[in-house]
Amino acid sequence: MSFVKSREAILLAAIVLLLGLIATRFPAFITPHNLASVYSDTTPLMILALGQMVVILTRCIDLSVAANLALTGMVCAMINVAAPDLPVGLTILIALTMGAALGAINGLLVWKLAIPPIVVTLGTMTIFRGVIFLLSDGQWINAHEMSASFTGFPRQVILGVTVMGWIGLAVALLMALLMARTALGRSFFAVGGNPHAAVYTGLNVGRAQFLAFVISGALAGLAGYLWIARYAVAYVDIAGGFELEVVAACVIGGISIAGGVGSVLGTVLGAMFLGIVKNALPVVDISPFWQLAISGAAILIAVAFNARAGRSKGRVILKSAEHAQ
Amino acid sequence: MGTGQGPVAAQGAVLALDRIIKTFPGVTALDQVQLELHAGQVTSLIGENGAGKSTVVKILTGIYQPDGGQILLDGQPVSFPTAQAASGAGVTAIHQETVLFEELTVAENIFIGHAPRTRFGLIDTAQMRRRAGEILASIGAEIDPGVKLKDLGIASRHLVAIGRALSVEARVVIMDEPTAALSQKEIEELYELVETLKAQGKAILFISHKFDEIFRISDRYTVFRDGQFVGAGRIDEISESDLVKMMVGRSVDQIFPKRAAQVGDEVLKVVGYSHPTEFEDINFTLRRGEILGFYGLVGAGRSEFMQSLIGITKPSKGAVKLEDHVKVIRSPAEAIEAGIVYVPEDRGKQGAILDLPIFQNVTLPSLGETSNRGFIRMAEEFALTRQYTQRLDLRAASLDTTVGSLSGGNQQKVVIAKWLATRPKVIILDEPTKGIDIGSKAAVHEFMSELAAEGLSVIMVSSEIPEILGMSDRVIVMREGRIAAELEGEDLTPETLVRHAAGIGVKGEAA
Repeated sequence: MSFVKSREAILLAAIVLLLGLIATRFPAFITPHNLASVYSDTTPLMILALGQMVVILTRCIDLSVAANLALTGMVCAMINVAAPDLPVGLTILIALTMGAALGAINGLLVWKLAIPPIVVTLGTMTIFRGVIFLLSDGQWINAHEMSASFTGFPRQVILGVTVMGWIGLAVALLMALLMARTALGRSFFAVGGNPHAAVYTGLNVGRAQFLAFVISGALAGLAGYLWIARYAVAYVDIAGGFELEVVAACVIGGISIAGGVGSVLGTVLGAMFLGIVKNALPVVDISPFWQLAISGAAILIAVAFNARAGRSKGRVILKSAEHAQ
Repeated sequence: MGTGQGPVAAQGAVLALDRIIKTFPGVTALDQVQLELHAGQVTSLIGENGAGKSTVVKILTGIYQPDGGQILLDGQPVSFPTAQAASGAGVTAIHQETVLFEELTVAENIFIGHAPRTRFGLIDTAQMRRRAGEILASIGAEIDPGVKLKDLGIASRHLVAIGRALSVEARVVIMDEPTAALSQKEIEELYELVETLKAQGKAILFISHKFDEIFRISDRYTVFRDGQFVGAGRIDEISESDLVKMMVGRSVDQIFPKRAAQVGDEVLKVVGYSHPTEFEDINFTLRRGEILGFYGLVGAGRSEFMQSLIGITKPSKGAVKLEDHVKVIRSPAEAIEAGIVYVPEDRGKQGAILDLPIFQNVTLPSLGETSNRGFIRMAEEFALTRQYTQRLDLRAASLDTTVGSLSGGNQQKVVIAKWLATRPKVIILDEPTKGIDIGSKAAVHEFMSELAAEGLSVIMVSSEIPEILGMSDRVIVMREGRIAAELEGEDLTPETLVRHAAGIGVKGEAA
């Protein structure tokens, strides 16, 4: 399939069109400086969506990502309060590890107990939020309690883009490498595309799903630190409901909910689309409440579009089968 | 033989097919076949797999439309453009795998789609239960119409399915291999039911591979072979062996490119393989360069055994010796490692990953080989794919094309290429030519022969007698989960295959 006809190209065109529309009412929105800040703001959504992408590819779903983000973020903040001099690199390592461990809980329940992923992650989502309350006693951790290096790191600007933005880019590139060039990445597509065939091919479907949850968890943990540090506050309800936005970014980005179809670029563009909508609506004087309606409409359009693309492919199969005689 | 008088006048027949033709692209499924069903009689339709039995059932029940010929109901031409039209005319079928609804009650299952209504257009539950009870009583089934289907055993479910078939004013009842999934006791009960239906004057079309039951319950027989009508008559006027001959006796006009095999040393030895429910005590050896055929009726346990051999299900007993090493194969990955690969029957479901491009399908089990330090090298992937797809003469615009957009024959080639790329020692092909056109079939046979000539050992599971006879060096016949016979040389004839597979007059003679 040539790029011009691909889902990614159409989504990119939609984003350019959207930016054009916004520019007619508020030209300053498309200055490089503003776009860079919109990108930075969207980074946590993008990182979470890239993790979610892997999970959805294997025919699962991870509803616990936002709760994982909040729990890991709270733990990072508490560690920072207890040990303000801990190097940021170590904090990030702790965030990744803890996120991965929480993801592994989801993965093990799906793999070993064969509980449907939506049920598992709905459960762990609630449990993670509850644990935050237990740890924090319902108290907030505010900016003045955190060390300057802890909150300052993601906001440092290098070449016009924040460190958080650069981390997002690095994650996207690493994920692209993982999906395109490793056996593990390939196995995610195979397991989601046809689990029966994957079994015959010697792949372990449950193990692939487990690893998908670990990746999703690790990225949620990373986003947890970035979020808490960027907004310099940690509390129980942080990023509440954000998991739905993450799934929406994946769906808009062309990740098939049925599994096996999707790309890193599509996911990144899906997250960017939502990020732009979210940032642009206030400046063009549209109530933020419209944002939900617009996001919802974008999801339905994307799903309808993907369904239609899938159907026309079916027709081609029949024709070629007829002519193959 | 019964019908020498040309076009059937269908004297007294409730339902008759007259010179029915049905073609599919590249295949003539039915070539001017005829069939008569009489009130109060059981007619058995007999034929090998591919003889056209299922197509006839689909035409009788309005699922397929004939391309030529007539359907006669009471001697009058009719057409069944839809399934509703057929059931409205009183033709009803009990399928091999009947579709019932677990969470609905027995009465709801029986009347789904045509439930009695109250004055207000709502479902009349009371009347529905009462009538369901009457129908079940008429077939001697003691089932409460109010219980949910999921609470019933298989035999009772079958009775519900029959009740559903009878809930429309049925005159013709089609039973497609009704005993395939039943125990001996349940089969006896089914026979009694057939007698009941006969006594009620229904015309019954009975499809079965089991000769004992054909002779036990039929009044008449009709034999098809390769989509053509071979003969028909009264069951008490024909012998078992004549029936077998009618069924398989074919002009051997299909050419199989089997080469004289250079059969070498023993590669694989299977000892005492057993499974609690699927198969028992499977023993055989396989030599280098040999094509070993596995023949049997549907449900004889061949595929189940093969899946166990490659580690998808676990055997309860038994061992595998591969080139003098005893191996335990616990997963498909270990089977691939050991050099045993399995090309499944159902390509769409078990074979290819349709959303992935050709090259990613082919290299999926061989990624270790196309990777360097954990990273896949695409150039090597393409090279490996090209090597095998060219050999198989796979036609595709590019190796980047998704497998879902290829024709069935080409999809099969992708799956075979995938397994050959792992350089196996033993390749198991399950129904390798099922559902592909004649041209592609010949190519698959040719290729199988080449593989054997190069020293690969092939196990071919097939239900097609010409293919088994034409391609195999040796044949193992399975029946009801056991090896019924091992045949080679002069013993390998269509008659011996059918006799061992169906268990006719060979008791005590099995290998």
